[in-house]
Amino acid sequence: MNQIVTAETISALYQQESRRVLATLIRLLGDFELAEEALQEAFTCALQQWPVDGLPEQPRAWLVSTGRFKAIDKIRQQQTQRKYQQQWLAEQDEDIEAFQADEANHQSWQDDELRLIFTCCHPALSTEAQIALTLREICGLTTEQIAKAFLTSPVTIIAQRIVRAKNKIRDAAIPYEIPAAEQLPQRLDAVLKVIYLLFNEGYSQSSGDQLLCAELSAQAIRLGYLLLELQPDTETMGLLALLLLQESRRSARIDQQGDLILLADQNRSLWDQVLIEQGVQLVERSLTGRRIGPYGLQAAIAALHAESPSATDTDWPQIVALYDLLYRFEASPVVLLNRAVAISLAQGPAAALPLLQALEQSGELSQYHLLDAALADIHQKLGLTQQARFYYQQALNKTSQQAEQRFLQKRLESLS
Amino acid sequence: MKYLCLVYSDEKLLHSLPDSPKDEECFAYAAAVQNSGRMLAAEALQPIDTATTVRVRAGKTLLTDGPFAETKEQLAGFYLVEAKDLNEAIQLAAGIPAARVGSVEVRPIRQLEV
Repeated sequence: MNQIVTAETISALYQQESRRVLATLIRLLGDFELAEEALQEAFTCALQQWPVDGLPEQPRAWLVSTGRFKAIDKIRQQQTQRKYQQQWLAEQDEDIEAFQADEANHQSWQDDELRLIFTCCHPALSTEAQIALTLREICGLTTEQIAKAFLTSPVTIIAQRIVRAKNKIRDAAIPYEIPAAEQLPQRLDAVLKVIYLLFNEGYSQSSGDQLLCAELSAQAIRLGYLLLELQPDTETMGLLALLLLQESRRSARIDQQGDLILLADQNRSLWDQVLIEQGVQLVERSLTGRRIGPYGLQAAIAALHAESPSATDTDWPQIVALYDLLYRFEASPVVLLNRAVAISLAQGPAAALPLLQALEQSGELSQYHLLDAALADIHQKLGLTQQARFYYQQALNKTSQQAEQRFLQKRLESLS
Repeated sequence: MKYLCLVYSDEKLLHSLPDSPKDEECFAYAAAVQNSGRMLAAEALQPIDTATTVRVRAGKTLLTDGPFAETKEQLAGFYLVEAKDLNEAIQLAAGIPAARVGSVEVRPIRQLEV
């Protein structure tokens, strides 16, 4: 109790512990809004008391207890005779003795963190709401930060989205729990999807605030590590590997003008070898696991790219084989498109052309500019300039992303 | 918590699709929910041809022949259930045989404070 505590110490503790404290407070108080207020109150108290009294033996447990008492006080002071509040207070009194905020009980803290993750990513919430709530509650970003990172959404929309999600959790009684074993794989997939979308939001934007975009992707990777620690699973491992391997190429994928650079043309010496090593290790571990799935397979493909000295030296037949396997899990036309591109590199453009034409005829990707871009590229390689021009033009019409447009424009101009 | 599970389906197709539930299956499910103690009420409705929509404006009762809104799927019936939380309500809703051919909207009951 005699350690000197400064505001900086407390601020660092906030960074490190506030999400865990919040996760436990939500369970104890049964309400997101109340728990967030309680969290702020607890840290305000800490700022007043700790510099005088010293650091408590169990700071995290202290914060939970303090926050909880503040919340109970607040409800009591409101003095309303609402029936549900009376009942709530009675319940709080009943189990306040039962709750021992024991810092050494790691399982209990981790369970609360998992409860928070599964609740924020509950499939009864819209995907947009899941992402916003995850960033707000689990990552601790402010509404302003979230809005800035998502170019399309003004602050008010993000704020509304979060409020609506919290209201639904409360009013529809979305439970604050770790799903039962039989539900777990499906619910885990929903969490993985949120992490993946979050990463892509930060990775695929080339306009906008690059620092904030990098922060979004970093948050996604952090979430991946957290989830892997809390709920070990081969697909989580696969997803995390995929994110690390994609992240390793971040600085190589855009030139100084902010234009996209194709994988084949990237300066591979810019790829982050530390991230590649971490990613490859995870891929190898995930491939030995029992639940291999689409993320693990995509990570395996990314690992083959990452370990190749150049595009021509890449093991394309192996990549085609992995896409075949991936298609069994995810029978989507996008997988077929990627497979066709891999075939063009493994066997030449002539082998890929009929596959792409079949995809075009199916009409499933009629709004997807990358199919047109792939068709343009194949025609260009086959010397069919006129068709190539037609498809580049088609692709241009279908994307509104500026970096994509500049890229396609450049390719179009290179034809003449 | 009480939840109302509203069963919607295309009236014209509800009983004629390959996956359409037979009456016995619907009875059996209702009985199963009843036996689990979670059933508060459940009914099937007559088709929308029989619907009358009532509005009161400036003290006058106005009637319209037909449902409140013309939609692709119509309200065909409902379950009012008692469930621990939304997960349990979703589980009950997913078991309703008509969910295979229609949709079930799950709505928590709002507790009015008196």
